[in-house]
Amino acid sequence: MKHKNAKKYGMVIDLDKCTGCGSCMVACMAENNVPFRKDESNKVLSITWLRVYQLTNGKPFPNTDICYLPRPCMHCEGQHEGHSPCVSVCPAVATDYNTETGIVSQIYTRCFGCRYCMASCPYHARYFNWWDPVWPDGMEKYLSPNVSPRMRGVVEKCSFCFHRYQLAKEKAFKEGRREIKEDEYQTACTQACPAGAITFGDLNNPNHAVSRMVKPDPKHHGRPTNPNAFRLLERLGTNPKVYYLSSREWVRRAGDNYLENEAKYKKTVHQG
Amino acid sequence: MKIDRRSFLSFLLGGAAGTALSPLPWKLTDDSSIWTQMWPWTPVPEDGEASYVNSSCTLCPGGCGITVRKIDDRAVKIEGMKRHPVNNGGLCSLGLSGLQLLYGPTRVKTPLKRVGKRGRGRWEKISWKDAVSEVAKTLGDLREKGQSHTVGFISGSDRGTVPRLFERFLTVYGSPNLIRTPSIIDSYELALHLMQGAQALPGFDFENANFILSFGSGIVDGWGSPVRMFRANSAWRDTGGKVIQIEPRLSNTAAKSDKWIPINPGTEAALALGIAHIIIKESLYDAEFINNYSEGFEDWKAFVLGEYGPDSVATITGIDSTTIIALARSFARASKPLAICGRGQGTTPGSLNECTAVHALNALVGNINKKGGVFAVAEPDYINWPEVEMDATAAAGMQKNRLDGAGSKKYPFSRYLLNRLPQAINSGKKYPLKALFVAGANPLYTMSDSKAVKKAFDKVPFIVSFSSYMDETAQNADLILPNHNYLERYEDIPTPAGMPQPVIGLSRPVVEPQFNTKHVGDVIILLAKAMGGTLSDAFAWDSYDACLKETMGYKWQVIIEKGFWSYPDFVAGPREESFDTVSGKFEFAPKETGSLKPFKPVKIEGDKTNYPLLLMPYDSIRLANGAMGDPPFVMKSVDDTVLKGTDVFIEINPKTAGEHGLREGQLAMLSTPVGQAKVKVHLFDGIMPGLVALPRGLGHTAYDEYLAGKGINVNELIGPVEDPVSGLDAAWGVRAKLAKA
Repeated sequence: MKHKNAKKYGMVIDLDKCTGCGSCMVACMAENNVPFRKDESNKVLSITWLRVYQLTNGKPFPNTDICYLPRPCMHCEGQHEGHSPCVSVCPAVATDYNTETGIVSQIYTRCFGCRYCMASCPYHARYFNWWDPVWPDGMEKYLSPNVSPRMRGVVEKCSFCFHRYQLAKEKAFKEGRREIKEDEYQTACTQACPAGAITFGDLNNPNHAVSRMVKPDPKHHGRPTNPNAFRLLERLGTNPKVYYLSSREWVRRAGDNYLENEAKYKKTVHQG
Repeated sequence: MKIDRRSFLSFLLGGAAGTALSPLPWKLTDDSSIWTQMWPWTPVPEDGEASYVNSSCTLCPGGCGITVRKIDDRAVKIEGMKRHPVNNGGLCSLGLSGLQLLYGPTRVKTPLKRVGKRGRGRWEKISWKDAVSEVAKTLGDLREKGQSHTVGFISGSDRGTVPRLFERFLTVYGSPNLIRTPSIIDSYELALHLMQGAQALPGFDFENANFILSFGSGIVDGWGSPVRMFRANSAWRDTGGKVIQIEPRLSNTAAKSDKWIPINPGTEAALALGIAHIIIKESLYDAEFINNYSEGFEDWKAFVLGEYGPDSVATITGIDSTTIIALARSFARASKPLAICGRGQGTTPGSLNECTAVHALNALVGNINKKGGVFAVAEPDYINWPEVEMDATAAAGMQKNRLDGAGSKKYPFSRYLLNRLPQAINSGKKYPLKALFVAGANPLYTMSDSKAVKKAFDKVPFIVSFSSYMDETAQNADLILPNHNYLERYEDIPTPAGMPQPVIGLSRPVVEPQFNTKHVGDVIILLAKAMGGTLSDAFAWDSYDACLKETMGYKWQVIIEKGFWSYPDFVAGPREESFDTVSGKFEFAPKETGSLKPFKPVKIEGDKTNYPLLLMPYDSIRLANGAMGDPPFVMKSVDDTVLKGTDVFIEINPKTAGEHGLREGQLAMLSTPVGQAKVKVHLFDGIMPGLVALPRGLGHTAYDEYLAGKGINVNELIGPVEDPVSGLDAAWGVRAKLAKA
């Protein structure tokens, strides 16, 4: 069912501005009651809904360059709306595509931990709770009632702070409005980013900054037409709603799995 | 009924098909999630009324405004305060995880007295009354014996009402030994004092500058007020401002800059002089400023033109002469150039000559007290307490020389020299330190040459820590008088590091004190009252809160409502009144600095034969390395190329690693003249060959299991090197060697 005033929430991350400071990661953990353990240096097990990766251009000193790339859940639209890699494999309907917002949800109480979704996600955006979360004595006090703490045996991931959307909607309804304003719903990472590198909003609204920044092409599932913009693993055809901007060509190429000697900017058209 | 093979198989298949078509499998998947999830121990956070409290973060000198979200009486999230002059909504990872400190396991929950040997971690709880009277007794005894000067106080800051209470207490008590923890601010204060005659903090107008020449300053690695710097850096991306980063390692700042120029470590001063050489030679300087408002330019010009031609500077710095010339030209021709120094986060003061050489570049382009330039920002004078009355003991104590040698004949201009304290105590030449108070600082972790520092602390018979957390210094104290956490107390936060205009922020209680803690200001007042006489006279306030309110006067209402007090009309005085030197002008070559002596690199420890490599500490915004350690969330953000398990990675160029036969991930023994440690190897192309780098902020022995015992404290491998003019720590590294472990 197509929603009438459907939104398509998306994110644009300006990698020229991102400094790799990690504020987005921590803001996300604090907002979403993400647990932590004594040793978090095994990054496969470390639950980080949003993880900042370091990319390098691989050139020797002094021509080396590095770039940071924050990776939330891409909230893939898939080849047709809702055909996200994870949504299409979940046997328990524990992850679903919300056509009203374009957000891929994760319903912990339905998840029974088969981890098909993790296997199908090309972005490693999903994490499994191998252990029950344990907060040191007293620290439970800071847990937010807006996000349920997860338990052992379920998969979790970035929700684009969906609870903030719900809170904003409730507030709007209470004030007799049917629509929320753009700045009423912002994710925790967007809000915290000290460099102002993250922009969040409705991609269906051509006037919003996110649309103006990347100029999505609606004929090609929102593929960016701004030459500096790219999406991760574009050629897989997952059609993510997270876009990146970089003025550096090597960074844009690192966003997809190019072969070493592949021609630059080869037209990649996904058939599907 | 006969069951043959055929009917058996049809029964199985039919059964399977039937089950699959029934709701049973779906019911079972659903049920299995229910059966495996309904654990009573998974917390269900209680809902309640949401509210927001505005306050200020004091976890670093950045002074960001914060808005704390509360559910009933619980604080659940810290966010950056919108429209705050410093951070306007953004916040760093440390500030964002402040609630893990507030509610965390590292809090000291009640006053503690040591039982058994120091540092063993055995404590007994004592009441506040007993704790205060014990301190009062020890201090009283020392004072009676005429040894008031043997009391020292290490403070993380010397500005604002709380540090001023410490200072006031020591003055009336009779000890000159208040020591502020060091940073690049020390060198800048000294440069401003000697070159401009100002008693002021350096303020940098980054928002209006458009060409930043950074001599290793970690603009996006936590230098100055970190969030403000992030914002400025992003603004330059939008407006076309340029950042040139000069340092031997590709830091995040270097990677974000428009041009990264690797330089031989420790030769930054020579490069600054080389740039000055070109600017002077090509007459690109601001003649109006030089002619009207500067002194000593001719001498300095002759010196710079004589010694620092691009070719000789190229030899020293390893940067080719064409780059130097181009750099000088683009700096001088930019409409709003600005040069800054202070390596990384400005953790160490560095060489004074380096600071003055960089500051002179700003003067060359007429960039002093001018939009887009460097300002001498005087502290807002809102603290006007009645003069103290000192008795004879206090007067005698204050006459004694400081133990750290600041203000002595050797280092007449320096105000605090914490780096010299361990040596002064260990050598025992001057006088012993009989009691030491520590507030807002963790010297046992942050001071270099940990072994010597520990030895010195062991010699002090009575150590009192005011820490809210069980940090290294608290762990080695005799008495811990825990301060409220920053979210439980009032405190004024004067002008954050590097701000070009004065601002006073306010930290205020977001939640009720969670434990049996007391505001350190209150403890000082109680202590003074317990000691009586001139001490109690000087502290007539009923409580710290009353003292703060009275001090702020008419500003109180505004600061309570807005969360900060700013001076929007602040303008630096006219050029004619800007300089309070003898000449009344900007001094290019103040005699005291010996700045006309040829450049000599800071002599770092170790010889080249035994220690062929150079070890440099580096600062990361994801590793808090000051008085605070990383809370669990921030530890979680540390990359696995920095820390893996309990092993820290040392960054080394693949070429150098190859020469040492070292591979990625291999264990190696890193030795310096100061100490040695086991590290893992991380090959990093972005570091100059011959150099190795270790992050600051790891290797804690205190705090909780999320932080302690991971990696090594780089201060165990590096010692201080005294700057010949300032006496401040000028070490930027140490010689080192690496061997397969």
